[in-house]
Amino acid sequence: MAVTSAGATRDGNAPARPRKNRTFLVLNIISIVAGIAIWWGLSLAGLQFPTPAEVVSAAWKMIQDGTLATDVGASLGRVLAGFALGSLAAVIVGFVMGWYTVARGLFEPWIQFFRTIPPLAMLPLVLVLMGIGESPKIFVIFLAAFLSCVISTYQGVVNVDRTLINAARVLGAGDGTIFGRVVVPASTPFILVGMRVGLGSAWGTLVAAELLAAQAGLGHRMQSAQLYYDLPTIFVGIIAIGVLGLIMDRLLMIAGNKLTAWQENR
Amino acid sequence: MSTPKISVRDVQKVFPVGKEPFVALGGVSLDIADNEFVTVVGPSGCGKSTLLNILAGLEQPTGGAALVDGKPVTGPGPERGVIFQQYALFPWLTVRENVEFGMRTAKVPKGERRERAEHFIRLVGLEQFADALPKTLSGGMKQRCAIARAYAVNPSILLMDEPFGALDALTRVRLQEQLLETWSKERRTVMFITHDVDEAVFLANRVVVMAARPGRIAEVIDVDLPYPRDEDMRLSPEFGALRNRVWHAVYHQRQIKEPAK
Repeated sequence: MAVTSAGATRDGNAPARPRKNRTFLVLNIISIVAGIAIWWGLSLAGLQFPTPAEVVSAAWKMIQDGTLATDVGASLGRVLAGFALGSLAAVIVGFVMGWYTVARGLFEPWIQFFRTIPPLAMLPLVLVLMGIGESPKIFVIFLAAFLSCVISTYQGVVNVDRTLINAARVLGAGDGTIFGRVVVPASTPFILVGMRVGLGSAWGTLVAAELLAAQAGLGHRMQSAQLYYDLPTIFVGIIAIGVLGLIMDRLLMIAGNKLTAWQENR
Repeated sequence: MSTPKISVRDVQKVFPVGKEPFVALGGVSLDIADNEFVTVVGPSGCGKSTLLNILAGLEQPTGGAALVDGKPVTGPGPERGVIFQQYALFPWLTVRENVEFGMRTAKVPKGERRERAEHFIRLVGLEQFADALPKTLSGGMKQRCAIARAYAVNPSILLMDEPFGALDALTRVRLQEQLLETWSKERRTVMFITHDVDEAVFLANRVVVMAARPGRIAEVIDVDLPYPRDEDMRLSPEFGALRNRVWHAVYHQRQIKEPAK
């Protein structure tokens, strides 16, 4: 009897993984449906929420008159510009800091200092100095992405296995080759982690910056909806921000997995 | 006799640790002839890896000189290939790309690079894994790949730092035999560091026994067993006698005052 059941378990082991994944997916779907149902219930019960149906119709209206596309475009444009510039600067500065002790000594105090300041706290100053166009918002996002990414890039460079550098040296590699063919690939996983954190931070900063000072964008849309007590539009904004953030994070994760598929323990 | 391939002349290495500097090597002298296979065995802290790193050009001696082909070693060079205990394969490169690494830095043209990589990958028996990433290989296969990579830049000297130290006993024995086979086809001067007495005797023309505090050479034992060496030889009484001698030289260093006979 015991033998039979043990055999059955072992036989059942092979398809266990997909079945478990399917269970997981089913649970996910149940959770989402239940969440929406509770939301619907609460709004019908007299809480000041719009019902899901109202939110969907508000979203549909915003899609048809093009405001959603304009807002998403404005927000994405800002975040991508700031994030790209910030990551690029972070990778360059991180490499320089990791490679040259002098640069590390010079950069470190400033980066540590500015890291403790939320980028949004810089917004009043930046608005005064740079006006109210696109540049102050992009700059604040740039700061957010840069500060999140620079330390991990630098850590990546510092943590490159000495043995790998020695192996390259005894194979005749000079400093340039060691940098390009050992240090850069070896620190890629660290850079990608930094970029993911940086993207999250950039997205959060963007929306807050738009709440304070913008003529378009998801944050701005929610801000003006607040004035008219237009809750469905606010809900559409929140959901759009969440969905876009999730999509960007997943895209970066997929790209990262492709780039670091060589890693030993995954 | 002509100039020895490797000549270590009164090499010292002192690390400034705290108040009392640590003497890793206290005046070591050793000559290794062309195409000789020398193993260096000794307890931890005897400076055997330091000696190898100095010959590799990865560390500088604080006294004395290390000469290769009569010229002092000032840094790493393509005539000296190094194999590390931790394999040190580039994990983002395939077996083939790892083997080609040194040839790429030496700007060997692509066609020739391919061909030579093929040759050495086949020599270590990894042809089926040429396009695999290191993470998919076993420890023994990784080290074979590292050996092919070192061979591919065509060094006249191979410096091996406990290359089989992290492998299980069976794999180690198999790799020792394969290494000798490779070496018999592609003869090089080899300095091989180990802490395994069996391994030291099985591979070498000559076993250098080192002692610690300060790091120095305690004894040099000639191994006059013929190549090719195989399992039968490993179990022979001659091998056993040499093994015992080396064992005593390593583990009873106090008692050794003169070469035992």
